Amino acid sequence: MIPDSPNKPAGWLLGRTRWRWYELAFWAAAASSFFIFPSKLMLISEIFILGLLAVSIDLTLGFAGLVTLGQGAFFGTGAYAAGLMAKYGAGAAPFSDPLLGLLVAGIVAGALGFVTSFLVLRGSDLTRLMVTLGVALIVEEIVTQAKDITGGSDGLQGVMSSPVLGVWSFDLYGRTAFWYALIVTFVCFWFCRRLVNSSFGLSLLAIKGNPLRARTIGMPVNTRLVAIYTIAATISGISGGLLTQTTQFASPDMVAFHRSADALLILVFGGSGFLYGGLIGAVVFRVMQDFIGNITPQYWLFWVGLVLVLLVLFVRGGIIGMLMALRERFSRKGEGS
Amino acid sequence: MLTILFDGVAYGMLLFVLAVGLCITLGLMNFINLAHGAFAMAGGYLTVVMMNRMGISFYWCLPAAFIFSAVIGVVLERVLYRRLYDKTHLDQVLFSIGLIFMAMATVDYAMGASPQIVNLPPSLSGRVEILGAQVGIYRLFVIVICGLLTIGLQFVIAKTRFGSRLRASVDDGRVARGLGVNVTGIFALTFAVGSGLAGLGGALGAPILSMDPSFPLKYMIFFLIVISIGGTTTITGPFFASILLGVADVGGKYFVPAIGGFIIYTIMVAVLIFRPQGLFTRGAKR
Repeated sequence: MIPDSPNKPAGWLLGRTRWRWYELAFWAAAASSFFIFPSKLMLISEIFILGLLAVSIDLTLGFAGLVTLGQGAFFGTGAYAAGLMAKYGAGAAPFSDPLLGLLVAGIVAGALGFVTSFLVLRGSDLTRLMVTLGVALIVEEIVTQAKDITGGSDGLQGVMSSPVLGVWSFDLYGRTAFWYALIVTFVCFWFCRRLVNSSFGLSLLAIKGNPLRARTIGMPVNTRLVAIYTIAATISGISGGLLTQTTQFASPDMVAFHRSADALLILVFGGSGFLYGGLIGAVVFRVMQDFIGNITPQYWLFWVGLVLVLLVLFVRGGIIGMLMALRERFSRKGEGS
Repeated sequence: MLTILFDGVAYGMLLFVLAVGLCITLGLMNFINLAHGAFAMAGGYLTVVMMNRMGISFYWCLPAAFIFSAVIGVVLERVLYRRLYDKTHLDQVLFSIGLIFMAMATVDYAMGASPQIVNLPPSLSGRVEILGAQVGIYRLFVIVICGLLTIGLQFVIAKTRFGSRLRASVDDGRVARGLGVNVTGIFALTFAVGSGLAGLGGALGAPILSMDPSFPLKYMIFFLIVISIGGTTTITGPFFASILLGVADVGGKYFVPAIGGFIIYTIMVAVLIFRPQGLFTRGAKR
């Protein structure tokens, strides 16, 4: 039934979705880090979460070409939604269920994303930057002002999720948190991977390439952009919820500008437009932060800035871009000799 | 009541001086320089160092801050910025965020993280009564200086040969270049003056805005709001936008402190919804 020739569109689309060996190796390495670094489980869970956030930005930026500086708004919304669920739902057991919390986090953040997506459709890159930034700032302001609900700048404390699926409770060493974060990240990632390899994902690439032409061949450009923006917001919300649940804490810091900037940096670091870029970038970023943070914790920002500047000036496409350029050079050499 | 209006206008004028360079460079080269606030911070910190450590008069600090920031601006423009004009907006944003981070860490390293306090000379502190309202002398000083600067800028842009070249380059850089206008040179000069003005604004603002390493990030959003409301094609647009913003911010924080922070963001989002091209633009789409 399924045409297996790569020349036919359906076969070609299916070929894109096939899991390659290096992808499996990547996820196997992620899972095995549980055994290799048993003392760093919290750090590794955080890497997954940051990676998921970066992947969600990749959906809008790398595939749909929408520049955004305010993904932290959705991340923070999700974080607080999940945190509030866990905190105030503790009395009635089903409401503090972590999976339900993630669902709510995703829905709330997605709703915010849907509403604000109409602002993002308008105008140029500059307007987009400002609107997304403005939305993030408004969310941050709400979070710090609504002290009665969110705890203001002190953060939301006493977030206690009930055990995952009623079996595994969150422990001090982050074992449950690790597997929970890994599995949720993987599921969301799998979803994103399916999404960008579908005809929907291809239409996004077309829109990124040339919106006018995409419109003239009959693509509903605005509908597609609204859809992808909403989906990305949902995933950011889920990653925010994950962070709250695994660290049992939510603070306005999760909405702050540097959160959005970090996530964007992670993505660009890894390489945007590949999905894996966000994950790889998160690994490198957090490991670097841990390493440099041990030497000069205060001036970590300087090195981040320097890396950003050098990246923009000299390296195209981040780490993945570099790897691909290397591969191309090697394969060309092979042909020559 | 009048005092608040007055404070708001002073604040708005200050914002205008801080942001005008960004508006012009954005319009001219379509370059999103989020690091503009770093130049303002340079001027502000120079003032702090000159006054508190060397004991130089505040009046000398103002031109020094202008020159200092302008020199930094022109060096960075020649060395780094010009490589980015043909890159995507995303690259420009990342690059300038990188610069902001580096500037913040450098200032933190050199001066410490705590806010710096500038003591005004006695001739500028105190209050006077104008039209029945108590008005800070320094606020008056800021308004006068910024007002003179605005008139001067408007004169240069509207009446001089340089100004007409500048306007031509903003309207259509390619055609201007084709007609023999040295757009690159004009841009370098404009960038220097814009950075210098930011530095001057930082110096003027040092006594009223708090000078700490997070300054560029904190005020970045204000600059962006000024641009989004005022547009980038004129300087009168950003001027009125700044005044509006200043008055709204000061008034909002005074009358409804609980939601004061929302007011400016709400204004920005509302303007972007209803007039995406800005309130005061000529309607030309770029």
